Amino acid sequence: MSLSSASPLAVPLSTPLVTVQVRTVLLLAGTAFLALLAYYFIGVDEGAMSVFGKSTMIHEFFHDGRHFAGFPCH
Amino acid sequence: MEKKLIGRGVLVGAGSGLLAFVFARIFAEPIISKAIAYESGRDAAQALLDRASGITPEAAGSEIFSRTIQADIGLGVGLILLGAAMGALFAVAYVICLGRTGRVRPRQLSLLVATGGFLGMFLVPFIKYPANPPSIGHEDTIQQRGALYLILVFCSVLFLVLAVMLGQRLGKRFGNWNASLLAGAAYVVAVGIVMVIEPSLGHLHNNIAEYGRHATETPLPLRDPHGQIVYPGFSADLLFSFRFYSVAAQLILWAAIGLVFAPLAERLLTPDEVRSRREAVGV
Ligand SMILES: [Zn+2]
Repeated sequence: MSLSSASPLAVPLSTPLVTVQVRTVLLLAGTAFLALLAYYFIGVDEGAMSVFGKSTMIHEFFHDGRHFAGFPCH
Repeated sequence: MEKKLIGRGVLVGAGSGLLAFVFARIFAEPIISKAIAYESGRDAAQALLDRASGITPEAAGSEIFSRTIQADIGLGVGLILLGAAMGALFAVAYVICLGRTGRVRPRQLSLLVATGGFLGMFLVPFIKYPANPPSIGHEDTIQQRGALYLILVFCSVLFLVLAVMLGQRLGKRFGNWNASLLAGAAYVVAVGIVMVIEPSLGHLHNNIAEYGRHATETPLPLRDPHGQIVYPGFSADLLFSFRFYSVAAQLILWAAIGLVFAPLAERLLTPDEVRSRREAVGV
């Protein structure tokens, strides 16, 4: 039995869930931005560059995870 | 619907990060401890050599957090946050793909997007710049190493997105199978070019000037002025284990995201009557 789009067992996926609308674009872009911010603070800050100047607090706290997740460290 | 899916993605990501942390705490921490012990021993040997040749050794920096806090809390918070962040990116990609991938069902799509995340965010950059334990990596090259790594991650993810779009275009003309192969080949070539252009870490200017031309920054044996080895190079076995576990942890993270998110998304996206009809026939 084939699961064509006419079959009652198939999930209708022929239309995109999200399209280019201001609200969805903002939601997706905002989510991605926050995720990348977290990625930056866990992996990069106070190493290759630093937003709070010459502190090493964040670097030291995330130190082991930073090495283990593949980010360059000391 | 998008909001619900993204919320699920973040939660599933955080949970998967916790799983990766448990794995890391058991398997990686002993290796990290050994690497740090190697580093301290090497610094001590270097200090002795320096003193013997009349140089005042640099004072070691003070520790902000104890090793216990770094290993138990820092690693845990780091991996859970990283998992949540990857779960969020995963969900954004998933939501954009929904309805644009032909007959791929929500459950399968979850695994496909997770595979893409694992490859694009981690494994492909790892091929050129693999994870390193403490004691590998020279302080004065951190800026360049950080930039090179992030550029490779960026290119790897960007090319992956472009390859998927290319594959969809080619699909109409060549069929799904051939289109996938062609898009995959295009991805490998594009990422390969970036990998060839980017230098090996040992070939960075500062490293050649200070240590000579080596491929990596992995510490070689320390020698006294007569060329006698006074401290060994970094253990190859230790390095392999660290990298192996690093890949394993990311595999756990992304596999858990893909596998746990799949049924959650399927449930959210399948209308109730379709689900009960499906359960009735056992699909
Ligand atoms: Zn480090």
